Amino acid sequence: MSLHSIVLVKQVPDTSNISGDVMRPDGTVNRARLPAIFNPEDQEALELALRLKDEHGGTVTALTMGPPNAANMLRDCLYMGADRAILVSDRRFAAADTLATSYALHKAILHIGDYDLIFGGRQAIDGDTAQVGPQTAEKMNIPQITYTQEILNLDLKKRTIRARRAIKNGHEILEAPLPVLLTVIKGSAEPRPFEVRRLCTYKRAQSKFEIEATVDDSHDLVWMEELMERAKTQNLYIETWNIEDIDADVEMCGLAGSPTKVHKVENVVLSGSEFKQVPATAEGMNEMITELMQDHIFG
Amino acid sequence: MSNFFTENQDIQFQFNRIDLEKITRIREKDYTEAEKYPFAPRDYEDAKDNFRRILEVVGDIAGNFVAERAREVDELGSTFEDGKVTYARGLEEALERLNQAGLMGFILERKYGGLNLPISLYIFGIEMVSRGDASLMNLFGLQDISETIENYASDEIKEEFLPKFSSGEVTGAMVLTEPDAGSDLQAVKTRAYQDENGNWFLSGVKRFITNGNADVCLVLARSEEGTRDGRGLSLFVCYGDDTVQIRRIEHKLGIKGSPTCEMQFHDTPAKLIGSRKRGLIAYVMSLMNGARLGVAAQALGIAQAAYVEARRYASEREQFGKPILNFPAVAEMLIRMKVDLESSRTLIYDTAHAVDMHKISEMEMQRLQEAGESISDIREESKQWKAMADFLTPLSKFVISEKANRICYDAIQIHGGTGYMQEFNVERHFRDVRITNIYEGTSQLQVIAAIGGVIKGVADGIFDANEAREYRHEARQLANKLAKIRSLMNKCKDYVLEKDDKAYQELHSAELVEMYGSIYVGYILLDEAAEDSRKMLIAKKYIMDALATALHHTESITRGFDTLFADVEQILTRE
Repeated sequence: MSLHSIVLVKQVPDTSNISGDVMRPDGTVNRARLPAIFNPEDQEALELALRLKDEHGGTVTALTMGPPNAANMLRDCLYMGADRAILVSDRRFAAADTLATSYALHKAILHIGDYDLIFGGRQAIDGDTAQVGPQTAEKMNIPQITYTQEILNLDLKKRTIRARRAIKNGHEILEAPLPVLLTVIKGSAEPRPFEVRRLCTYKRAQSKFEIEATVDDSHDLVWMEELMERAKTQNLYIETWNIEDIDADVEMCGLAGSPTKVHKVENVVLSGSEFKQVPATAEGMNEMITELMQDHIFG
Repeated sequence: MSNFFTENQDIQFQFNRIDLEKITRIREKDYTEAEKYPFAPRDYEDAKDNFRRILEVVGDIAGNFVAERAREVDELGSTFEDGKVTYARGLEEALERLNQAGLMGFILERKYGGLNLPISLYIFGIEMVSRGDASLMNLFGLQDISETIENYASDEIKEEFLPKFSSGEVTGAMVLTEPDAGSDLQAVKTRAYQDENGNWFLSGVKRFITNGNADVCLVLARSEEGTRDGRGLSLFVCYGDDTVQIRRIEHKLGIKGSPTCEMQFHDTPAKLIGSRKRGLIAYVMSLMNGARLGVAAQALGIAQAAYVEARRYASEREQFGKPILNFPAVAEMLIRMKVDLESSRTLIYDTAHAVDMHKISEMEMQRLQEAGESISDIREESKQWKAMADFLTPLSKFVISEKANRICYDAIQIHGGTGYMQEFNVERHFRDVRITNIYEGTSQLQVIAAIGGVIKGVADGIFDANEAREYRHEARQLANKLAKIRSLMNKCKDYVLEKDDKAYQELHSAELVEMYGSIYVGYILLDEAAEDSRKMLIAKKYIMDALATALHHTESITRGFDTLFADVEQILTRE
């Protein structure tokens, strides 16, 4: 059986460029004010999946839940080497918290069918929750390896994967049976560049929304169907699914399915605390190490 | 972190300006390639969009990946141990990155796994890669090797080797130079001989071979026993297998990442490219022209890197209470650098366009011939483009590599003492650029290659047409100055020709080539100024300086001290 990896990806506002009016008074982010980018850890997750494909063959599916313009990021996935791109998009998914998001993703994965591995970034830079990956694994009822730094071994015969994951003060090596979900941390795999042949091919890949936008009133529905068919046969279709397509319960999606409410937002200014000079003597070093051990910083 | 394509406004200007419509239509066989290959463009607009996207990828890799590793690559260099060459880690990673992006078959046809891009695009790519790391260009820029195979080898050889180049599975080496055959390649001694079954073998020593450790070597060797000149040489392709021994690598001033090898062939099995005896006179000449344009682009890329460092430093560094940029002597250096850079870019992309036009005219000629149609018109057109490309290529290499050297020299000057230290990149750029006016033919040889075009007046028709044009305002004054340079140039040319002294002609060829070239570039700069008013400043500085230089040359040629009559021994007698 050939390896099938699903990579959960998210298009996020580029929070490295936060300025004045980007934060709304209620503490949520006004996404329209920021350029949209490929969530960095998700891109590394895709890279890890593609490396496994390079080594073992198989296919990689990129899956996102997001607004129609997330198709841009899905094209990036195709440029890098993903075989299939799926956009789960529906107004009724809007304002989803991690619970509603993982619910929708799990329904979408069920709709995809068989898979061996699910990858995702540890967290998205707009929310920093690191919850969607673990919650999705729970809903799929499969094991998870979070904070993955490196895949050490994938044994397709025994159907196991061994990975190194970061923990406080070090790392540990875990082995899990397939299928398994892994979340990936920054620095684990520098994403590959766009392959230029794929770039020139898949720049034409379109979602249902984008195909719709090319159709004006003078065309009928049959024309739209034809365009969709053409895109599919040329392998240039970004599959676009709504709530009904993935058989999700409306009550569990979007705002309705999201118990999380933002209570308050505070500006936290990180500042350095007092500094202490350690004399460069054996005594000084001893003192410093003892102190660090007492503070449980190490030891 | 920067993208060397999207964030370089002058490259953007040249890219938007360059007209590749006809070139692309013919290379894409009237866009029928799109029926076979999903990544082939469907029309020119689509093609130009592809070009832009591809150069964005190159610019990203060069600016954000290659450049970050360049200093370490320079420090570590390529190393040689137990007969094996190892690239510096950063260079290896950069090559891998270019491979992942699928950029190693830039100009090859799609049926061999290539991207089928015009040469102009390849030159943009080389400029940016060289700005990132000059030594990486020596590997990225070796794609001319596969182009030579594509142009001249049998289908069997093409099918064997070209897909491997496109996929990045192999790198190549252009194996020409020998201890006694440098500029004078006619003296090549490496022997090519056949066994009773007609299989070819190579034996001999080659020196100063860039990337001699390559998987595939293109070797110039003497196939005709008993001959002594270029007509006895043929071109061969072979694998860098166990019969090819690397004896040592050179310790160089710059481009340290690129290994320069001395190699020995011990009865190495080889295949003949094209026909016997055509190796030097046809194939290598064409190969060298491609490589020369590549080196001009390399020089330009290094100079751009040095300029950016100097520009930034001049704004940040304060002395006597103000940024040093505010001192006229420093500002003048930077202005001259910028004008040299932009005019060099104008020249190189015009040259690349001419090379592309010549290439497609040959493709057209072949197509018409196969269809049994008349080729008389296209043959004439092709001849004209060839003459243009044959003049502009050595002109570009000569002018740009010399200017790039001066730019890197001034970049250190602007940095003052700190620029002399290894902590600053300009020191590396200064060392790297030094080879560009030496290899692939020294500046002196480029002048010899270009002077024929000047004497024949290869661009005279263009100059005549421009002199008849109505320029307005400032452009008019500048056009008058170009006409003035032309009359000075003609005066010098007539003077030299009337002297009927070959040595004197050779001695002053450089000045003639420089003057003729400056008229050519000057007119294009005026066209650019009509499209972008800022460019008028570039044109103005360029043309007025060119006129001053032409006046100097005229005085020197027509009334200067003719050293041919001097007693060389007497002048050079004291140490």
